[in-house]
Amino acid sequence: MIVGLFNDWVVVFLMMSGLYIVIAHGNLIKKIVGLTIFQTSVFIFYISMAKVDGGTAPILADDITLYSNPLPHVLILTAIVVGIATTALALSLVVRIKETYGSIEEEDIQHQDNQTLEMNKERKQS
Amino acid sequence: MAIAIIRMTDLFAVVMLTGIYGLLSASFFVAMDAVDVAFTEASVGAGISTLLMLVVISMTGRSEKKTRHKPLPALIVVAITGGLLIYGTLDMPYFGSTDAPIHSHVAPKYVNDSMEEIGIPNIVTSVLASYRAFDTFGEVIVIFTAGIGVLALLSVTRRPEDDEEISSNNDSMHEQHLVIRIVAKILIPFILLFALYVQFHGDFGPGGGFQAGVIFAAAIILYTMLFGLSTARKVINQTFIQLIAATGVLIYASVGVASLLSGGNFLDYNVLTSDPVAGQHLGILIIEWGVGCTVASVMIMIFFNFANRREMQRTNKSMHDTNQESQ
Repeated sequence: MIVGLFNDWVVVFLMMSGLYIVIAHGNLIKKIVGLTIFQTSVFIFYISMAKVDGGTAPILADDITLYSNPLPHVLILTAIVVGIATTALALSLVVRIKETYGSIEEEDIQHQDNQTLEMNKERKQS
Repeated sequence: MAIAIIRMTDLFAVVMLTGIYGLLSASFFVAMDAVDVAFTEASVGAGISTLLMLVVISMTGRSEKKTRHKPLPALIVVAITGGLLIYGTLDMPYFGSTDAPIHSHVAPKYVNDSMEEIGIPNIVTSVLASYRAFDTFGEVIVIFTAGIGVLALLSVTRRPEDDEEISSNNDSMHEQHLVIRIVAKILIPFILLFALYVQFHGDFGPGGGFQAGVIFAAAIILYTMLFGLSTARKVINQTFIQLIAATGVLIYASVGVASLLSGGNFLDYNVLTSDPVAGQHLGILIIEWGVGCTVASVMIMIFFNFANRREMQRTNKSMHDTNQESQ
């Protein structure tokens, strides 16, 4: 054993790079990619918890006694497929935003929103 | 890898890297004994998600604008959160230790008793489809709902005369990829067959409805990409696919109702036949089939809607251009 917690540290590193992309980048697709990385880090975290030294994959066979924990595998297996379905939903929102605003950069969208707000205000005052 | 994804502004390269990243994490999962999960991640992470992202990029543009605000505050937030998380991990059990709390509660029951109670060798499948069947039911419904959401956001009604125009475009475009098309034509039946094998072999080896559904959808999507949308639309009817997605959920739920009617709890397969173990086998087989149907058709539905939308945008643009020229 070199460092017993290295798996957790790898997960924390991946998670933080995902979080950094979500915070620091304005492009919506980049943000979704960041969320995907964040998501995968959680997957790796669960699977690494399930690992048992000397154990094998949880498929029963006669001469094997030690198995990895099957429960996290089940949770993550479904989570991956649910994850791609929700990512697709996010991507379709991005497509609609592009159609409406003509841009997928956060700043441009904010700018356009502010302009319409001001226009509405002026209209009310007059 | 992650750092490269952060630094790059060319979104196409970013998406390609996430594909490789997906494949890489699939191999992590094999190394950590999670074969079922690796299977899913390889087909989802490296296959479908990359394809979807590529379609979206082709609609929204390829390059990212440089942001004006400074990355320093974000970096500080990330560093603090990361530091706290690392501090939290100090209490965690070591990697691979056998006496970690996670291994002491329900897991031994699953490992020791599932052969007698369920009677199938793959513990992951028996937990997924029997012990935690209600959970899986919820997840299938989430997938179904996401499919409906994409449908509501992106679906376009099309007229038949549009189709002809597009297909003539496609024919000229796709003649370039002759080699790929012929190879794919040979491969696609085997991919479909493999998906069915994964579907029905899930009791004994790694596999099951989720993986099979994704692989099946990947084969159809490959076909669509190579032979054009209008050809694929002739092969697979849109309404039919939407019907299948709903039928999958219905199959799953009706197994639950059937077990209720025969005197058990919801999704308790023991009562389905006179022999409890045979009942478990039957129940798992049917609900895995329901899961496979829903997952495959929702994935195909999502892809079709993205591709439809893209084509609509293109035709609108070309019409716009010709109008401008005539003026």
